[in-house]
Amino acid sequence: MTAFTPLAGTSGGILIGLSAVVLMGGIGRIAGLSGIFGGILSTSWTGEQAWRALFLVGTLGGAVIVALLGGIDTDAIAFPGTPLTTALGGLLVGFGTALGSGCTSGHGICGISRLSLRSVVSTCIFMAFAVLTVFVIRHVLGG
Amino acid sequence: MNRIAALFSGLLFGAGVTLSGMVNPMKVQNFMDLFGTWDPTLVFVMGAGLIVTFIGFRVVLGWQRPMFDQSFHLPSASTLDARLVGGAVLFGLGWGLTGFCPGPAIVSLVFGYWPSVIFVIAMGLGIVAARLLTRRSNARSEAAFEEG
Repeated sequence: MTAFTPLAGTSGGILIGLSAVVLMGGIGRIAGLSGIFGGILSTSWTGEQAWRALFLVGTLGGAVIVALLGGIDTDAIAFPGTPLTTALGGLLVGFGTALGSGCTSGHGICGISRLSLRSVVSTCIFMAFAVLTVFVIRHVLGG
Repeated sequence: MNRIAALFSGLLFGAGVTLSGMVNPMKVQNFMDLFGTWDPTLVFVMGAGLIVTFIGFRVVLGWQRPMFDQSFHLPSASTLDARLVGGAVLFGLGWGLTGFCPGPAIVSLVFGYWPSVIFVIAMGLGIVAARLLTRRSNARSEAAFEEG
């Protein structure tokens, strides 16, 4: 059970949206986290890696600021499953987002707002399969 | 200036993902548990994010070019293919299993929990594996990472 927090959710969503608009208006890029993270996993180091690395450093800074201002109870952070399911899930998320060219931010926020059919389809599929997976884990297997 | 823009954008993203509660994978998994302990917060996160980008993108994409770059770098792919669908299925499975998608997982590293570290390392391995696989079957795979 986690508390329903619509105000914090809406505020956070506005900041995520602003982040995407700043990146698009500033340097013309999609704020897609799987792509940005994947972009720094490279043997070459150019400006393409540099802006992505700075973006990621920025995300950590933003999290620290919100935590210092009391915007999140970090003690309440909890992880479903075991280290093994976490590793398996990480592999699936990395493999799937690389194969499908995006994740919640790239397809779900940036792509849908550009009315990209690929992003709408992708988001519907990954949302549906996430819901299905949780249903099986919690209500069929009873974990 | 382009790097400052990237840093500032990242700052907003990290703040937003943290404030929204998405850095807590249990909260995200509860959002997916429609038939159990449903937490609808994520509807508000995505809804607000979409409203801002829907309006904001229409403004900035109307410009000749971005402020600190020569042109907009938008994905060129437009067809629905097996990679898009298969990738989304696998991503959904992993997201449901852990409650983590890439952004919140990376941001959560700063709170120092081991599962975040395990997840992000595994995610990196998954990305590299997909790249090796698609590069073998298709030399144009670089383009596939453009959407982010």
